[in-house]
Amino acid sequence: MISPDDVEKIAHLADIGLPRERLGEFMKEFNAILEYFDILDTVREEAGAMEGVINVMRDDKITSSLSQEDVLSLTKEPEDGFIRAPRVME
Amino acid sequence: MNPLIIARGDDPYNAFITRCDGMPAGKGRLAGIRVAVKDNISTRGIPTSCGSRILTGYSPPYNAHVVDLILREGAVIAGKTNMDEFGMGSSTENSAFGPTKNPVDPARVPGGSSGGSAAAVAAGMVPMALGTDTGGSIRCPAAFCGIVGLKPSYGRVSRYGLVAYANSLEQIGPFARTVQEVALLMEVISTYDSRDSTMLDQPFAPRLDGDVKGLRIGVPSEFFGAGVDPSVATKVHEAIGVLEEHGARVIPCSMPSMAYALAAYYVTCTSEASSNLARFDGVRYGPAGDIRMPWHDAFREVRERGFGEEVRRRILLGTFALSAGYYGKYYGKAQAARRNVSTDFTRVFRQVDIIAGPTMPTVAFRIGEKTKPLSMYLSDILTVPANLAGVPAVSVPCGRVQGLPVGLQIMGKPFEDARVLDVAYAYEQEAKP
Repeated sequence: MISPDDVEKIAHLADIGLPRERLGEFMKEFNAILEYFDILDTVREEAGAMEGVINVMRDDKITSSLSQEDVLSLTKEPEDGFIRAPRVME
Repeated sequence: MNPLIIARGDDPYNAFITRCDGMPAGKGRLAGIRVAVKDNISTRGIPTSCGSRILTGYSPPYNAHVVDLILREGAVIAGKTNMDEFGMGSSTENSAFGPTKNPVDPARVPGGSSGGSAAAVAAGMVPMALGTDTGGSIRCPAAFCGIVGLKPSYGRVSRYGLVAYANSLEQIGPFARTVQEVALLMEVISTYDSRDSTMLDQPFAPRLDGDVKGLRIGVPSEFFGAGVDPSVATKVHEAIGVLEEHGARVIPCSMPSMAYALAAYYVTCTSEASSNLARFDGVRYGPAGDIRMPWHDAFREVRERGFGEEVRRRILLGTFALSAGYYGKYYGKAQAARRNVSTDFTRVFRQVDIIAGPTMPTVAFRIGEKTKPLSMYLSDILTVPANLAGVPAVSVPCGRVQGLPVGLQIMGKPFEDARVLDVAYAYEQEAKP
């Protein structure tokens, strides 16, 4: 079982925004789902994790991509060819 | 050329989010055919919202590969169809644009998440549509609306330009009223694309001869277990009986991993979603955040405003399943479970050619009927195994229960999409009134 504090902490980690008054209900639904997930405790692993899986790399080739104009047209108030973003430093 | 975006009027089932007009028809195998496209598939210059407020005003600067392919074959894009936000739902009720209604009974859901595409085809607004299937999102609405829908083998159709929700599970696929039309659209969209690194260059060639003589049909008992409406089960058994009458052989079998397949699916898809949906930050596209606010506050504010309840729930679940201390219990176990599902398919496919069962455990439910998230999730129990294993699966109509359509689901070996469609074709030909 997870608590309202846990839900609030996860919501904070995920930057999802969850109003305080909704925490209780979210927690109830969350716990019902997690309880259902407990069936996974019965899983017996037959194959080793990631057995037989290899990375496949392609050659590094230069190809065309979207123009700067196309990309900036999607953002609000670009400046000197840059996308403006909120402050990272507080 | 930019299409003319027209008003949404004259859409009694709310199947479309955006309707287009004035796009010229080309030449090719789809010459002049109007195709509806699910709103999570990128269309250059045409709004693509994924059913979410967080993409309000966004028009992609490029086409998805499948969109280029249908246009190259002369198709006309009829519009962008309604869907559960980012594909998260089984009823098309979780859309910022309101629910889509089932044309068979407008008080009921069309299924989801590609409910708009299915409703548009079922209502006769378009002959064909594209949808996406992460855990049943093509087959469920095809079954509920009484049309044909195919989830192709994983790696058969390029996902370039599909707005990602759960990359390891999802595929783009076709809807139509007949198997033949589904096969035609599938043939067009399966052309190789190096921009999707999970795609294999194995062109799909339809082979519709409808011959099922000697075909071995596996019927897993778990597909007729608890939660499956007995009258739906009866209809599906009758449909399998029709194939048997034409020379197919039914082989009872078992897939024990079905016990935890749904849990494995929901842990996997929410985990992938929690990572994928981090890109919606209000910086590069979509409604912008307040750049005077600190980063996390601006980010949180945009997402709280932009994402609906189910999307936020799944991001939370995925964040939790991947968090330190819980990773082994949830994500790690889910991946082991997923391998067991694949092993079950491989084992059963040593003895049978295809696996058949119901697509959905029930007929279409009423709009507003399923209020608890878990009860909605449970309706995906019969469709998620094919996504976990990456195998092709089609839903073809097989009669009605209390006036509502039932879907027969046919699953095949990886990349045997043609065989799956051929069996569906055989049934469709025999079941014709």
